[in-house]
Amino acid sequence: MKERPRTIGRIAQPIKTIAQRFAYVGLVVAAFGLMLLGKADVVLVERLRVSVTDAFAPILDAASQPVATVSRMIGEAEDLFRVREENTTLRQDRTRLLQWQAIARKLKAENRALRAMLNFVPGPAVNFVTARVIADTGGAFAHSLVVNAGERDGVKKGSAVITGDGLIGRIAGLGDRSSRILLLTDLNSRIPVVIEKTRTRAILAGNNSDRPKLIYLPSDAVAAVGERVVTSGHGGAFPPGIPVGIVAAVGEGGISVQPFIKRDSLEYVRIVDFRLDRGFAIGSAGSKTP
Amino acid sequence: MKRSFWVQLDSWARNMTPFGLTLIMVIVSMVPMHVPEYARVVPLLSLMAIYHWAVFRPELLPAFAVFVIGLLQDILSGTPIGVHALVFLIVYGLVLSQRRFLAGKSFAVVWLGFSLVASGAAVLSWILVSAYNVVLVDPRPVFFQYLMTLGTFPLLGWFLLRWQNAILGHK
Repeated sequence: MKERPRTIGRIAQPIKTIAQRFAYVGLVVAAFGLMLLGKADVVLVERLRVSVTDAFAPILDAASQPVATVSRMIGEAEDLFRVREENTTLRQDRTRLLQWQAIARKLKAENRALRAMLNFVPGPAVNFVTARVIADTGGAFAHSLVVNAGERDGVKKGSAVITGDGLIGRIAGLGDRSSRILLLTDLNSRIPVVIEKTRTRAILAGNNSDRPKLIYLPSDAVAAVGERVVTSGHGGAFPPGIPVGIVAAVGEGGISVQPFIKRDSLEYVRIVDFRLDRGFAIGSAGSKTP
Repeated sequence: MKRSFWVQLDSWARNMTPFGLTLIMVIVSMVPMHVPEYARVVPLLSLMAIYHWAVFRPELLPAFAVFVIGLLQDILSGTPIGVHALVFLIVYGLVLSQRRFLAGKSFAVVWLGFSLVASGAAVLSWILVSAYNVVLVDPRPVFFQYLMTLGTFPLLGWFLLRWQNAILGHK
């Protein structure tokens, strides 16, 4: 009675172990194969990523709610403590801004008159989609966010994503109800920019650190620490003039930029629908033909 | 008959919890915490859970489950697909082969084991991501993430041990 199961066990156990070994090695090979596939067929793997992220979007959305609520409550409590102080600042700001308003009105009228004289073609109209950040995927290797707006909300791939502070990145993966934002600090991010003061064109290249670098600068380019960097609008995907950051360091290792992003306080972002086709049309109309 | 069905269903549901909890860890690590600098050093909760179950109850977290968890981590976090799947599988295999040194030992030994395994995992994923992008990725965030993961381990480890004793029972 006792012998039989033991004999079966003696034969079955090694077979089971071998099968498990095979399964394990198979899975390791599969994981490696997927990495190679991701390198070879970017479109296929990205589609997989987008559809899985889309499927998980409601869960991520729900999971991010409690923390967002708590952080909002903390923020409100802080505001309450600072009410008096803030009121004084706001009053001062108001006086100052009223002066600016007068100046802006005057300039607007002047601008309109000058435009009429020059037959100036106005830039394309810009629409916004506002979305909530539902996942900050964090980690040391990728700088990306997931937001709860996708194709059905009118988001387009490659659109610029901004907050009140400035540019934060672009739409890299577009699902039906969610999309992935590639932050401008990510290794794969490349954004055409200009240094505002000198109008020097460059590409802002992310490197997974807090401070992306300027590359493809003209050889005679000069930049000083503290100068503002804004999008150039070249390539047509981004509207020109969105603030990106300030020059943080100029040295042997190139020019690094401190972006205006505050990654920890991102809750809502605006996705800019800047019409590509019209952007290109204007670009070609404006360029000189020899 | 009917009762035994419910008993079976109950034990099946209990035995699913190691996989379920590890999946939840993947989601939790994605939640935007609104804490300055947190996003860059967010601890690898899923790695801790995989290590824990591989040490204590490997039969409830088979290699295939580890593979699925790694894939989900890659897909959601935006890392090249396959990197975490590979790293988690290697961690899993390594822990299984060294299990008799870890299981039944004091928590300090388990933690020490984790510190070694996690450092290997950090170095391996750094190599894989660097090779994938054909550029040397900044290693500093990887190091800080490792420290953060190491520091958070006792907290999650304690919770998982409690869970194990309460829901799964002693083997």
